[in-house]
Amino acid sequence: MEPRIDRRRLLLGAGAAAAATATGLAAPAIAQNAPIRIGWLATLEGPFATGGQDGFRCMQMLLEQHNNQAGGRRIEVVRESSNAQADVALARARKLIEQDNVDFILGPLSGAEGIALRDYSRTLTGKTIINGSSGASDTTLRNPSPNFFRFNTDGVQWMAGLGNYVRRTLNVQEVAIVAGDYAFPYAQVFGFSMEFCRAGGRATYLWSPLGTTDYSSIIARIPRTAGALVVIHGGTDGLAFMTQYAQAGGSLPLIGGSIMADQSMLSARGPHRRLMLGMVSGGPIADVHDDPTWNEFVERYRRRWSNEGGFRSPSIHGFNFYTAQQAALLALEQVRGDLSGNQQAFQQALVRLEFKNAMGAQVKLDHNRQAISDIFLNRIEERGGQAATVTFGRTNAVNQTLGVPEAQFLQLGAPSRDNTGCVA
Amino acid sequence: MTPGTARWALPASLALLAVLALLPLAIPAFWTANILGRAIVYGIVAMSLTFLATYGGFVSLAQMMIAGTAGYAVAILVPGAVPSILGGVPYALAIPTGLLAATAMGLLVGLISVRTQGIYLLMITLSLGVGVHLFVQANIAWFNGYEGIRNVVGPEILGLPFRDTFVFYYTALATAALLYALVLYLVRTPFGLALQALRDNPRRVSALGYDAPLHRIAAFGVAGFIAGAGGILVTFYNIGISPGTIGLGATVNILVMSVIGGLGHPVGAFIGAVIFTLFDTFAADLYDRDRFNTLVGVVFLAIVLASPDGVLGMARRLRDALAPRPQGRADGIATSRAASAGPPASGNGA
Repeated sequence: MEPRIDRRRLLLGAGAAAAATATGLAAPAIAQNAPIRIGWLATLEGPFATGGQDGFRCMQMLLEQHNNQAGGRRIEVVRESSNAQADVALARARKLIEQDNVDFILGPLSGAEGIALRDYSRTLTGKTIINGSSGASDTTLRNPSPNFFRFNTDGVQWMAGLGNYVRRTLNVQEVAIVAGDYAFPYAQVFGFSMEFCRAGGRATYLWSPLGTTDYSSIIARIPRTAGALVVIHGGTDGLAFMTQYAQAGGSLPLIGGSIMADQSMLSARGPHRRLMLGMVSGGPIADVHDDPTWNEFVERYRRRWSNEGGFRSPSIHGFNFYTAQQAALLALEQVRGDLSGNQQAFQQALVRLEFKNAMGAQVKLDHNRQAISDIFLNRIEERGGQAATVTFGRTNAVNQTLGVPEAQFLQLGAPSRDNTGCVA
Repeated sequence: MTPGTARWALPASLALLAVLALLPLAIPAFWTANILGRAIVYGIVAMSLTFLATYGGFVSLAQMMIAGTAGYAVAILVPGAVPSILGGVPYALAIPTGLLAATAMGLLVGLISVRTQGIYLLMITLSLGVGVHLFVQANIAWFNGYEGIRNVVGPEILGLPFRDTFVFYYTALATAALLYALVLYLVRTPFGLALQALRDNPRRVSALGYDAPLHRIAAFGVAGFIAGAGGILVTFYNIGISPGTIGLGATVNILVMSVIGGLGHPVGAFIGAVIFTLFDTFAADLYDRDRFNTLVGVVFLAIVLASPDGVLGMARRLRDALAPRPQGRADGIATSRAASAGPPASGNGA
């Protein structure tokens, strides 16, 4: 009996040691001339895990290029992971701000998380949240928060030009739109429908919640009259939908949402790849884009990550997180790393920034601290035996309301499943 | 409950309460709100499960869903919520409505599952939980689907905003203490005793003339009330509620809290919740960020392997082992009794 007691004591001892370690981490570490602490928040769990990893990859690459320094101060990164659920992202953000004492957060990745963090940022003073890759429209359009900044364009903006292209150039009268039932796809659907319906098109909407695995009932409800299928899913949802659509023998021309026609989808193996050749989509990036800035960025990404699980080309999430951190570093340089005075100088610098993102597109903020930038039309083509998105169109300086006056755009109401933006 | 346990239970509980009441003065605000506060509000939900499992022998996986029922009811009613579903109902009215909704949902779950035992009870409560989760995720008109209802900031208490760390913490602590006392009181009443008899031998209880199904349903109603109180606090803590809060992951988290804390005494739920919250928050600092869930899983596995009746059982057996005992009674008996969700098998009472 004695040895068993000893084992128990040992376990308790181990438990006590673990508790002591955890307590030790609680001690705040602030000193004069301390490094700048950045909190990275992306989804390393759940449906967007691959996108979150790529976000971290691209940001790490950028930091390495800057020798982990900005404005003369060293940069320390605290990484956190969520799973695309708003409450988890909120808990992690609280930990980053209140426990890890980060100066600002770069994140989150997914739409509902972005809205939750926007609300949280409003309760903070002297801290900043720079959006990572979340693309819901309302995050910055309605009830914007003064210390929440978004240097990536949102889901509505990413669709600029696509609705018109499908209706006018491809001459499609009616589409079926399959989309996730949450904030980000609402925005994408809204952006697409606004142009498509205004140009005289008709659309049927088929919604399914994020994390759906069986799409057979959705696929069965695609109308026979539809001339094209618009797929606004991403991550594992997009993969599951496309695989099942391919297996069901689907053959409609495909139009993709911005996180659909992306390396996080094209790099995955399966029958969907054959189907996705020729898919037309809109978004802030493409794999093949004839611009020296972009070619250099892709080259650097490949060199750094090809042996460590990276995609063939940076994903949209990687690109967005990269843009966010570009902005943060530029602003830090401008204020010489000075984050005192409740970060007012830093936030002012962010507001005034104008810079070229990795696609070579000019980025600046509007009065809601939301990016205005260029949007590209892409087609998936075979390049060197592998599928890649290739730009073939460009709309310059797309703003959050797609050029519609803001008051008029706001009157259309927030994008939702009942408000798809499909008004003739 | 053996006399030996009862003797120290009250002073120990009061001492623990005093420590928890004073602790916020000594620890950073983050720990107060996001470790202790969070552990307490989820611990309340876990306690509703512990209550059912310990005294009734019913392991219900619907408790987080029932908590969510209260949370959603409040979120639908209160002013300021985004989107506003009904809105405009003051907190003083919305909170009792939420508790009522959770109690009713608890009774309903009890009613539906009244004829099932063991694994079948587990399955039916799990399917009820998942069913409601999928329903709120798909329903836009009342629950706003995947995004849920945000900006539920909580009431003002004595003129102070609920978002204040200390207001939140002490409200949660007081609620937990009251509900904890309610459970301890309830299990001594004729209802509670009948419930424990029901757990040990349902046939004999029926033969004695008790209405066994009614007692079961009532127990689920009480557990629903407790879970509802937790659910409302969880909603305030998260500044809103979304389907993820009551999904399968959350349901399993509640079960994990109860089990690692120990089914045997209601305090186990809170111990489990503290351990869970600590690891959920800090595992990513201790281990590879891409794979920290592995660490969380391994720790929970280690606790349950080392002690099938959780941390409570671990502490008890340590005490038993340290106490001088001339006769070498095999402690396997205590383990197996506790593992079958029996009452605390206190060595002192033997």
